[in-house]
Amino acid sequence: MLKKIPPDSPRCAHRPAHDIVGPGAAPITLVVNGIARALSIVPATTLAEALREQLALTGTKVACDRGACSACTVWLDGAPVCACMVLAIDVGDREVTTIEGLAQNGPLHPVQSAFIAHDAIQCGFCTPGLIMSCAALLAHTPDPSESQVRAALGGHLCRCGTYPHVIAAVLDASRRGRSRP
Amino acid sequence: MSAGTRSEHYPVGIAGVSLREIERRVGPDEAPPLPPNAQLRTVGQSAPRVNGRAKVTGQARFTVDVTLPGMLHARLLRSPYPHARILSLDAGPAERHPGVRAVHLIDHAIGRAREIADPGPAAPTGRRMLYVGDPIAAVAAVTPQEAQAALDLIQVVYQPLPFVIDLEDARKADAPRVFERAVHSESFGEPAPQLPQHGNVHGPDLSASRGNAAAGLNAAEVLVEAEFRTQVQTHCCLEPHALVADWRDEGLTVYISTQFTAGIRAELAEAFGLPLSRVRVLVDAMGGGFGSKSRVGQYVLSAVELSRRAHAPVRLALDRHEEQIDSGHRPSTVQRIRLGARRDGTLTGVSIDAYGTAGVALGAGVGNFAQSIYECAHFALAQSDVFTHAGPGAPMRAPGNVPGAFAYEQIIDELAERLGMDPLALRERIDASPVRREERRAGAERIGWSRRRPPGSDPGTLKHGLGMAQSHWPALIQTNSACEVRILRDGSVEVRSSVQDIGTGVGTVLAQVVAEELGLAPEQIAVRIGDTDFAAGPPSYGSRTSASITPPARNAAYRALRQLIENAAPSLGAAPEALAARDGRICTADGRRSLSFREAAALLRTDEISVVASRSDDYGGFGHRMGDAAMARKGLGGVQFAEVAVDTETGRVLIERVVAVQDCGRPLNPRQIESQVHGGILQGISYALYEERILDAHTGRMLNPNLEQYKILRSRETPTIEVHVLEHYQGESATDAYGIAEPSIIATAPAVANAVYNAIGVRMRALPMNPAAILAALGRVPQPSGPP
Ligand code: FES
Ligand code: FES
Repeated sequence: MLKKIPPDSPRCAHRPAHDIVGPGAAPITLVVNGIARALSIVPATTLAEALREQLALTGTKVACDRGACSACTVWLDGAPVCACMVLAIDVGDREVTTIEGLAQNGPLHPVQSAFIAHDAIQCGFCTPGLIMSCAALLAHTPDPSESQVRAALGGHLCRCGTYPHVIAAVLDASRRGRSRP
Repeated sequence: MSAGTRSEHYPVGIAGVSLREIERRVGPDEAPPLPPNAQLRTVGQSAPRVNGRAKVTGQARFTVDVTLPGMLHARLLRSPYPHARILSLDAGPAERHPGVRAVHLIDHAIGRAREIADPGPAAPTGRRMLYVGDPIAAVAAVTPQEAQAALDLIQVVYQPLPFVIDLEDARKADAPRVFERAVHSESFGEPAPQLPQHGNVHGPDLSASRGNAAAGLNAAEVLVEAEFRTQVQTHCCLEPHALVADWRDEGLTVYISTQFTAGIRAELAEAFGLPLSRVRVLVDAMGGGFGSKSRVGQYVLSAVELSRRAHAPVRLALDRHEEQIDSGHRPSTVQRIRLGARRDGTLTGVSIDAYGTAGVALGAGVGNFAQSIYECAHFALAQSDVFTHAGPGAPMRAPGNVPGAFAYEQIIDELAERLGMDPLALRERIDASPVRREERRAGAERIGWSRRRPPGSDPGTLKHGLGMAQSHWPALIQTNSACEVRILRDGSVEVRSSVQDIGTGVGTVLAQVVAEELGLAPEQIAVRIGDTDFAAGPPSYGSRTSASITPPARNAAYRALRQLIENAAPSLGAAPEALAARDGRICTADGRRSLSFREAAALLRTDEISVVASRSDDYGGFGHRMGDAAMARKGLGGVQFAEVAVDTETGRVLIERVVAVQDCGRPLNPRQIESQVHGGILQGISYALYEERILDAHTGRMLNPNLEQYKILRSRETPTIEVHVLEHYQGESATDAYGIAEPSIIATAPAVANAVYNAIGVRMRALPMNPAAILAALGRVPQPSGPP
């Protein structure tokens, strides 16, 4: 499900001018966790709102709604983005992966297991976003240094102060990933 | 010796240092003494969080995730002025707006200091708004957008009034008054002896004073004197304050992000004239409170009222801007301290004059830190609240003691320097706590205190320093705290209480304590908490949760097990006293005869055994009682060391390493404790270096009401932290566990400040120690003119 993004890929899908919709609700299709979901949204709807309110995927959390805390991190074609800063209508055919899609009834993602093992969780409100960023980091950088981990988390706010355990969990998950055949 | 008690021997002291036994008389229903952790299977182990899987998969249900059929969305209309009278208000256009289902005009504000001779509910017209963000009205509509649109239709005509934001200006006799009448004095929301009030100054409260401080200071051989200032810090819980209120004929159900379900139930029952039995309060996952989600706020009353009027569930969640301006904050302080000592360090007299502002609320004190931590017969503390036209403060993680320790632990270091003593040596002399003595020893060794050099030793622009500070926090216990343990006929076990898990992991330690008693594994215990339909548990504030709920959990498990064993004993042909629970079995001491736990449960006459236990008094008695709570005879101490580097060119302070040695009685789950200590230290560093609410003096508005301009420590500023937790037994309860949340934040800011002094040789007496403040202190940039 995780794709490497070619460096020249556009940051957002541009719609042709004749395709402009709104101000009322408009139909769109989002591919979320591998499933195409049809929904009807007003153009101002953020991806975070569409996921939470229309698709009942409430694992994605909103804490600031303006790109300042990364609690709402999801993947678009494997790259972490703040879902509160993306309009649902601009997602286009990019694949959305949310925290609910990371383990989808299967075994936990190594980062999820490591978060439990290292108690990288307190209240847990920032946790889904952190996990999405950490898992994306390991997908692209399987053997990160501690400072690379810190940098990857740099946009996240955890008021409970789980950073030391989060950093330990990511480094541990990376070690385990490497030792797998 | 009262009838029915029995004598038991309890471990006391610090494991590995001073462990011994004492005899206690305990009640007949108390579980027997729990041996030290080394002899236990589950308690004292780092069991994984019971809700860990839910939290890492996004399944955990927070209040903001709750949706009910037919749910409406509410928004609050707030004052744009720091001080204004409402001349007229017309909500008609909002009421007629499509999608609107109810409008509530607030006629009686709560969540602030209460005026004596309060005239009672007033018409919304004529009410005075006291701060930017003061709630005026609430609207419930079918979508949040329609609720917001309707708010914009409410026609309000304001008469702006003179206001005061600045702390020093507010103290002046001619300052605009926040309250027209004197307000009720209170201490942490509880009524307290009435204090004087002049203008905006409420106080001073002199009640912590003892002896004759003036005489003590006169007798001093060495005198140090300094003024310290601390800023306003906001809570910034990641989950906003939120609730879904569902008013029905049969009763009120409220899903709310709260630190105290049972307290919210009591407050709502009283506010709406409902019996307790008709109010149900629930919280599942809870996204942080840090003190700000302890009580019913105006937004809660509004949502319930809207649900009552609309006959539908109503959701109300504050946005981040509202969180920053109207969900509480840690008040500012100014502390003038005079400290007198003899040449050997003995304190002869202490005088502290403190004031600060919690906006329109009370609570800007400096806690009980200075009065409790060091011995001094002559101690004077005068503290006052100064009202300003700013949002109400609220308790925040170790309220009072955090700013109090920032000042006091620095002036103690200043005294040590004047006396030519090492800061640890001075504390050895004046600190009677054997716990902190051991903590200083362990911490000094780990940080390498012997490397510490005189202040400002580094020749280059990057200057390194070492510092330390201590903490004191009262050990609080909610005596009104109950827990149920159920053993079901299929051998499954449930622990149930209204206690809530705000991120500390209390559910996990409940599972551990019950599992230990029943000879099971923690994952075999179903934890059902955060619902007032269960036995009423304690709040999650005041670092009292573990101390209040784990002893009754263990006692309930013990009593349920006695019943299970008595019922199963005949089948085993053994006397009940000869049977115990071990490794999932009920067995005789020699292990020859046994039944699995499940087999024993299958013998029950009824579907379940249920035992509810409530918190017994401490075996050695309490220090004192305060309504539903009590203070243990001894407090909780901690010692923290910080190693910093200060860049004298940029003014940046870099924390390189922190060593924390903490006491929370018997550690129940070391890794969860470590998590909480990390949180305390990181919030403490963030308070010391970055955070500051900035209000515009011209408009009364907050200039950084978000999470990007309000600066909070993140991953890149996180230092290496080493946590060492003592195993400290006192033989006071069935678990001997205490809290750690607040003890872990108190020493951080002063330890950092003392380390910064050691690095640069200049005292930082105001917070935050941001680059501008450091450069000003170093004389690299001009001092800011006047108070910020
Ligand atoms: S909620 Fe999206 S960045 Fe904060
Ligand atoms: S765990 Fe609470 S905000 Fe990160």
